[in-house]
Amino acid sequence: MTTGREVGPEGDPSEDAHTHDQVNATTDPLAGGGDNAVGREGLQGVRSQTNATVGTRGGRRGSGEGGSGRRRGGRRGGGRGDRSMVPEAEFTSYYGRPIVKPSPWEADIPAYLFAGGLAAGSSILAAGADLTGRPTMRRSGRLVSIGALGFSMVALVHDLGTPSRFYNMLRVAKPTSPMSMGTWILSAYGAFAGAATAAEAARMLPPRWRTRGPLRRPLALLPYVDRPAGVLAAVVAPAVASYTAVLLSDTATPSWHSAYRELPFVFVGSAAAASSGMAMITAPTSEAGPARRLAVAGAAFELVMEHRMEQTMGITAEPLHQGQAGRLMRAAKALTVAGAAGSLLAGRSRALSVLSGAALMAGSACTRFGVFEAGQASAKDPKYTVVPQRERLEREGPVRHPG
Amino acid sequence: MSWTISENSFWGPLDPAADAGYPEDRPKRKGFFTDTSICIGCKACEVACKEWNDVPSDHFDMTATSYDNSHSLNSNQWRHVAFIEQPKRLVTEGGGQDTGLRGTVDLGMPTVPPTGAAEQLANGADDRPDFRWLMSSDVCKHCTHAACLDVCPTGSLFRTEFGTVVVQDDICNGCGYCVPACPYGVIERRKGPDGAKNVGIAQKCTLCYDRLDAGKTPACAQACPTQSIQYGDVEELRERANKRVEQLHDAGIMDARLYGNDPTDGVGGTGAFFLLLDEPEVYGFPPDPVVTTKDLPSMYKHAVAAAGTLLAGAAVAFLGGRR
Ligand code: SF4
Ligand code: SF4
Repeated sequence: MTTGREVGPEGDPSEDAHTHDQVNATTDPLAGGGDNAVGREGLQGVRSQTNATVGTRGGRRGSGEGGSGRRRGGRRGGGRGDRSMVPEAEFTSYYGRPIVKPSPWEADIPAYLFAGGLAAGSSILAAGADLTGRPTMRRSGRLVSIGALGFSMVALVHDLGTPSRFYNMLRVAKPTSPMSMGTWILSAYGAFAGAATAAEAARMLPPRWRTRGPLRRPLALLPYVDRPAGVLAAVVAPAVASYTAVLLSDTATPSWHSAYRELPFVFVGSAAAASSGMAMITAPTSEAGPARRLAVAGAAFELVMEHRMEQTMGITAEPLHQGQAGRLMRAAKALTVAGAAGSLLAGRSRALSVLSGAALMAGSACTRFGVFEAGQASAKDPKYTVVPQRERLEREGPVRHPG
Repeated sequence: MSWTISENSFWGPLDPAADAGYPEDRPKRKGFFTDTSICIGCKACEVACKEWNDVPSDHFDMTATSYDNSHSLNSNQWRHVAFIEQPKRLVTEGGGQDTGLRGTVDLGMPTVPPTGAAEQLANGADDRPDFRWLMSSDVCKHCTHAACLDVCPTGSLFRTEFGTVVVQDDICNGCGYCVPACPYGVIERRKGPDGAKNVGIAQKCTLCYDRLDAGKTPACAQACPTQSIQYGDVEELRERANKRVEQLHDAGIMDARLYGNDPTDGVGGTGAFFLLLDEPEVYGFPPDPVVTTKDLPSMYKHAVAAAGTLLAGAAVAFLGGRR
């Protein structure tokens, strides 16, 4: 924001002729000379009224309310019944209306965030299982990954405003668009995960088909596809799990953008927990040791990084504790802690494995929905746009490019 | 669009059309200078925009907070006039000459002072009402660094040769990514009304791309009776705006300030910028917006680190124990 003080001294108002004399002549009484003397004190008075007052009660309340006093910008967000972490910030807005727009995305997107993480983690676990001789875990990992990926695709297309044009995503590859990058990451991942699952499906065919019949030749290629495809899928998979954080953060949505440093870590932790939980459900306990370890590590990592994230988000962490998002985040924490504790104790207990795995998956889903909802809520309240920018202005002055 | 990532591609001053790869003989960058100090809230711009661009009219109703009945910039509202009523004098606190914008020429602005006050005003009486109107016609800023364009995964949003930002209706698939990306809350996916064109597609001001192509002035600027909306070459408009602020300061209106005119600001300066008489948020603008993609390189780095962590963690889980 530029205040008038930065305007250079050149340009006498009387020189402001050419094309705009008409403007000035007809609508601008100032151009026509007259006594322009204004006392310095007068100016001071005006300035002091227009200064920003983040944290100063009352100074500016008039401007956001219009004359009517019906709505106070500064009051929205209070009185929601949830605990408030910091004292209510005073700020000005246009009748309390939102500044940025919330995404038009619906439940499809957080569901995809969860399913994408589940697919990615499952591919990694499947490759690990393949390399360490755990055939059941390999198989279930591959099947889960392709199922979750298929679900993701349906959700992503369904959420488009014009689903029949989904293929327009493929007309460009744009590094500045995380969604474009994600499209290509998913495409590469899908190809590898698909090939690995095809190989897996072929293993399930009757053995005699390998030696006789029309599928004999394609099936003979199997060994060359199987493990390489699985390993490649596992190499791309982590990107599938972490880019979704960039997808959310690369927006003006306050509670998503301000989380950009930690959110990828929260999301990979969540993906690890969910996919390990799934492996604990689908693989025999004798094979699922690595899944149990990854479950505990992923859950702990997610919780720690989520905590750190909230510490760095300032006021935009508030929506994570309020309303629907708050309920989801609290549920996520409880489920994740319970699931991790269960995984530690599960050992060879089948029942405990299944229970813990389910808790971890549910916890991961709650995290995704909670983060999503918190962002949506933060966009709908001008407080989360105005206050952080005002605080930054007071701290560092306006954001200006040095060059 | 081009793939050359120049030094300031993510943030910093640049000529957006040049950055997008348009050749030397491109037209000069076009934009709006909206001088809100002379806006009378007549909404001619809103109407002209709707007429010319065939923008459906829906959800018009009084907000019950002000004279504003068009709510916000959105997919069906490409110009939006904000009405702010403030319990504050138009110009000076400590007396002095009435240099008010209302005092000299009656532009037919709605006023609601108590009976008789209007005459007193006209007579130059000093007990002017403690009340002022602020009106401002908002529009897409046609940012130098436009987050909407940066994040669009289909290439539907593109940079025109005039340096403006335009949606191609036939390419947009309604992914909706541009909507939360815009730091000003401008662009939106059209939800209706039923039967309207381009439902499910992102919509916003095109700076009348078709009119510019034909060498004409955008509809809103053409219709504005006070020339509050001025259209032209951005460079020239910036100079004009600087002079205007200075003129207002000389007249004692120290509230006057420019918004969006600085090419080094968080969005690299906007193609459509404003002269305001109060803090930006009073008008519904973000006080100091920054294009989200300024942080994108860092976001990618964090995401890569997180991906590496996941892979390493999984490896340890497999190798770290035997059961
Ligand atoms: S104001 Fe918003 S919609 Fe307009 S160019 Fe800038 S980012 Fe895009
Ligand atoms: S909604 Fe349309 S214009 Fe907006 S980002 Fe998606 S494809 Fe691009």
